[in-house]
Amino acid sequence: MAARLTLSRFILQNFNKPIRCVQRTAPLRKYAVVAGTTEHTLAVRDRIADKRKRALLGGGQKRIEKQHQKGKLTARERIELLLDTDSFVEYDMFMEHDCTDFGMENEKYPGDSVVTGRGKINGRLVFVFSQDFTVFGGSLSGAHAKKVCKIMDQAMLVGAPVIGLNDSGGARIQEGVQSLAGYADIFQRNVEASGVIPQISLIMGPCAGGAVYSPALTDFTFMVKDTSYLFITGPDVVKSVTNEDVTQEELGGAKTHTTVSGVAHNAFDNDVDALLQLRDFYNFLPLSNKEPAPLRKCTDKWDRLVPGLDSVVPLETTSAYDIKDVVNGVVDEDDFFEVMPDYAKNIVVGFGRMNGRSVGIVGNQPKVAAGCLDINASVKGARFVRFCDAFNIPIITFVDVPGFLPGTHQEYGGIIRHGAKLLYAYAEATVPKITIITRKAYGGAYDVMSSKHLRGDINYAWPTAEVAVMGAKGAVSIIFRGGKNQEQQEKEYVETFANPFPATNRGFVDDIIEPNTTRKRICQDLEILANKVRENPWKKHANMPL
Amino acid sequence: MAANFALCSPVRSYKLSRGFGGRLLSIQTLWTRSLYTTGSLTSKDLYWNDRYNENEKQFDKILIANRGEIACRVMKTCQRLGIKTVAVHSDVDSLSVHTRMADERICIGPAPTSQSYLQMEKILDAVKLTGAQAVHPGYGFLSENTKFAAELANIGVQFIGPNSKSIFDMGDKIESKRIATKAGVNMIPGHDGVIEDADHCVQLANEIGYPVMIKASAGGGGKGMRIAWNDEEARQAFRLSSQEAKSSFGDDRMLIEKFIDNPRHIEIQVLCDQHGNALWLNERECSIQRRNQKVIEEAPSTFVDPAMRKAMGDQAVQMAKAVGYDSAGTVEFLVNSKKEFFFLEMNTRLQVEHPISECITGIDIVHQMIRSAKGHKLLHKQEDIPVDGWAFECRVYAEDPYKSFGMPSIGRLSRYQEPLHIPNVRCDSGIQEGSEISIYYDPMICKLVTYGTNRTEALDTMKKALDSYVIRGVTHNIPLLRDIITEQKFVAGDITTKYLQQVYPDGFQGKKLSDQETTELVALSSALYISDEIRSRQFTNGSKLQASTVTESKWDLSVNLVNEIYKTTVEKITNGFQVHVGNSTVNIDGQMMFHSPLIETTVDGKPSQFQISKRARGGHYKLRFLGTVFPITVLNNFASEMMKLMPKKKEIDISTVVLAPMPGMLKSVSVEAGQKVGEGQEVCVLEAMKMQNSLTAAKSGVIKKVNYKTGETVSENDIIIELE
Repeated sequence: MAARLTLSRFILQNFNKPIRCVQRTAPLRKYAVVAGTTEHTLAVRDRIADKRKRALLGGGQKRIEKQHQKGKLTARERIELLLDTDSFVEYDMFMEHDCTDFGMENEKYPGDSVVTGRGKINGRLVFVFSQDFTVFGGSLSGAHAKKVCKIMDQAMLVGAPVIGLNDSGGARIQEGVQSLAGYADIFQRNVEASGVIPQISLIMGPCAGGAVYSPALTDFTFMVKDTSYLFITGPDVVKSVTNEDVTQEELGGAKTHTTVSGVAHNAFDNDVDALLQLRDFYNFLPLSNKEPAPLRKCTDKWDRLVPGLDSVVPLETTSAYDIKDVVNGVVDEDDFFEVMPDYAKNIVVGFGRMNGRSVGIVGNQPKVAAGCLDINASVKGARFVRFCDAFNIPIITFVDVPGFLPGTHQEYGGIIRHGAKLLYAYAEATVPKITIITRKAYGGAYDVMSSKHLRGDINYAWPTAEVAVMGAKGAVSIIFRGGKNQEQQEKEYVETFANPFPATNRGFVDDIIEPNTTRKRICQDLEILANKVRENPWKKHANMPL
Repeated sequence: MAANFALCSPVRSYKLSRGFGGRLLSIQTLWTRSLYTTGSLTSKDLYWNDRYNENEKQFDKILIANRGEIACRVMKTCQRLGIKTVAVHSDVDSLSVHTRMADERICIGPAPTSQSYLQMEKILDAVKLTGAQAVHPGYGFLSENTKFAAELANIGVQFIGPNSKSIFDMGDKIESKRIATKAGVNMIPGHDGVIEDADHCVQLANEIGYPVMIKASAGGGGKGMRIAWNDEEARQAFRLSSQEAKSSFGDDRMLIEKFIDNPRHIEIQVLCDQHGNALWLNERECSIQRRNQKVIEEAPSTFVDPAMRKAMGDQAVQMAKAVGYDSAGTVEFLVNSKKEFFFLEMNTRLQVEHPISECITGIDIVHQMIRSAKGHKLLHKQEDIPVDGWAFECRVYAEDPYKSFGMPSIGRLSRYQEPLHIPNVRCDSGIQEGSEISIYYDPMICKLVTYGTNRTEALDTMKKALDSYVIRGVTHNIPLLRDIITEQKFVAGDITTKYLQQVYPDGFQGKKLSDQETTELVALSSALYISDEIRSRQFTNGSKLQASTVTESKWDLSVNLVNEIYKTTVEKITNGFQVHVGNSTVNIDGQMMFHSPLIETTVDGKPSQFQISKRARGGHYKLRFLGTVFPITVLNNFASEMMKLMPKKKEIDISTVVLAPMPGMLKSVSVEAGQKVGEGQEVCVLEAMKMQNSLTAAKSGVIKKVNYKTGETVSENDIIIELE
């Protein structure tokens, strides 16, 4: 109802006040002509052409230059970079805000502060909105929100992803609650679309206050280094409330969010780089939850052996190695798009392709904190696994985990609750799940990491695998409490458990494979599992431990 | 010589190709990938001139007291002869190629060589344990250790190398010079005493022969040192230098010796047996050196004519005989521009660069070493040793050629592919994909050897081999090698031991592309980008909204190469691309696929290869072209225009941080957070490759943070210390 009201008001306003508005920028127009005449028809055409021209200029040449000076591109330039050449189809170019307070009625821009529409990325459909900082600082008006909602609705209707390019000062304060309503309308759609179509946010300027929650609700949030900020309250408010001195960059810059807070999934060097990389990233994703993971023509042989993997796990079980050596060796063309590469580095997640098919890869990283699971790693892993599951992307898990990180810091922080998220995500996932235990799979962490017990479809162990409740030292002190011959006992324990047999003997691991055949095996299995059908029991929604 | 050449080569090349193919198949089934890559060398046809009696006795089992490529090299000959092999290895080498290649393997200790490969006792134990009848020491480690040879003799095990006495004699600088003089080998002429006056100086100079070097007895650092080419200069040089010496050192005593102008390092391979037979296997030109370490060798030398070769060979053999030599060895000479050669020293072991001598003589030097150790007679006569074709060896090292022609680097070979698909390429290596180049051992990756019927052919093969050699994961010196082999002076054979300093006075800066090469690279990268674009759209599934395929067939691009922007137009044609760069048009034939790092195409009818070192998305590529890696960004014209609006990233101010220049271990950290330091003050010592590197603060300031502790290992470019 409210929406309809605003809409009618919007139309009314446009009907009543165009002349004033246009006069401001282009005084010499002959619009006041009699309806029905040739003159009138031509005049309307002129008006259309004029509006179109002004829409393309956004806030005007001066503001565009200012935007450029800041090292930022305009909303339209960004769209052009993101989409295939000439593929953009714009919606609502003529929409204008309807605020009449504070003299706003005198300041109108066709299209208002956002450019919306659809287009193609590498030939695949996508819906896009790009906030225009040159118009009222990209602030969110009712019209702005409506435009965004419209493309989101349509994206849902046809099943195609939405990419938001955020560059906005925040709410249109002049519009008051209208602006807040707009935010909420978008949030509601973000939530409804969650798990239906992939949603990606690219923060390319400020994004503060309530505005931050839209990116937070989307599947991926990327940032541009040095020019983008995300925070609930800016440095000034922080200063006045907590007396803390902090810069914009420190508070909500790309570095903060990609390394400390984990809010952003990655950051890129500049606008151009970010948009071009996003094109590449888009190729990994299906268009919606009804589509299979994309399959691209692949020239990398599916049965390629990877001899380098035979020596990647060091002979000493305490030495570290880089799990990314394993991942890069296995995926097509060494091409791995890492998600959150600088946050919770003890777990590696990202997308790759196996014989052309997009897969999600999760791996413990022995190089960082011995690859143990802690709060951040669990949350990072869980969110990624759930994304893959929602969008039919098979999950490949490389396990080398000594357990959950002990300590008061972790316990007080709620490692139980957060660790459960990863467990939950894996257990819930119904996409093909392939697991390779490269070395340690200890304790509860063994269960969590896509084990057979959590409906892992194919579980492999490398010859270096050790599946046990814990390491030898701890185990011996419990099994042989107070025993004297500790060394002997440790040796006995190692003999028994520091190998793949305890798991293979019980069928918890399907096979012990030579590392160099890993790629071949995974590709074969994915082919088989492409037809996997498994459904969770009906529920309104699950209640995951948030 | 020429006749020999012509006779041998056709037969040989036929045999080689047969040998390569057949061997490749049979070994592939037996060994993992990297082993068969070098396995093809065991082909007997490579050693077409190797001689032995079918029924002669041979060792049953040989232990190889070495690691890496040389251990593999020796084992290959053993395998060919049916001799069992024993490898010794440190614990980190447990799965290395040489260990896996051997029939038996014994672990002799932890990674540091002082606790493993240099542990004589442990190796002797391994010999006893395995019952090996002989030990081949390879080079380095215990190869010239007389005690080791003697200990082996004590337990009745044969040392495959020369007798202890000759090792000892040749190891002693003075003794070796004495023997050489006695044997009539050319020595660097000089006067055994102080010059009395200017006349005496001229007299001595005439005796020695010009040019001469007149230097202060107390001199150093080039002070009081002069070169004279005639009597007048000699007089003047004496006067000036003695004055200078007097004022600088307070000592005007002067010495005189022959000045070796434009010195070349040329060495003669000799082969001797226990029956007094000695052969010379021609020369090797080893002038391309850095820090006295050879980089590129060739055989024969462009500088040596048959008469000189014979003269050098004869002297080398005289030397060997004089010392009672009975194995393979090398006599090193310094040669001046007048083709006069002078004895430097004799190396009493198998040399690293022996393969190039094998290539041009057809003899398996390792086999002959084993034979003579067993007491067999050499079956060759001197006239059986030809100079057949030409061979080059490039030492491929894991090192950064941009830092003083090679600073060691370490890492894991994430991708590794030897160019063995090219005929007439030999790779002596002891590593494979996945191997770790560690700080403990020599950073040599491979000895890349190419040969051909003549020098040009061998060089062309080398170019292709270097371009096709895929090494990822460690920094390597292929950029430098690739540049040298096409450098004008090198190609002309105009080289000296000072070659690198002369050709690259400011250090190696990477390949400087000519206009034509630039055009080629720009065209190739444009075509690569378009190939990338096209395949990015080749989706084969997706129910509705099927991806549309590319309909364009012409693209305008901007290529950013070394901060220059080139506009190109790419057209897709039947079997490749036509690229317009500026006024020129380049035709590229062939597909560009991203699964292989090596991309082989035809550019304007000529075969061309380059490698994708990295595809970093967003049009960023790192392409290895003519050896050097070039960062290239390809964008469409719109993106390129937009890129111009992007702010330049601030460079990290490196004066506020102390970075690790190379991987290594922190020997000591001498500062702590909060401490004031002055510019140039030592803040820590990094031990890498057995070198202690003092790292200093680039400016005065206060230490903000120390990120590593003493004893910790750091990787290259790790920030060790931060200043405020």
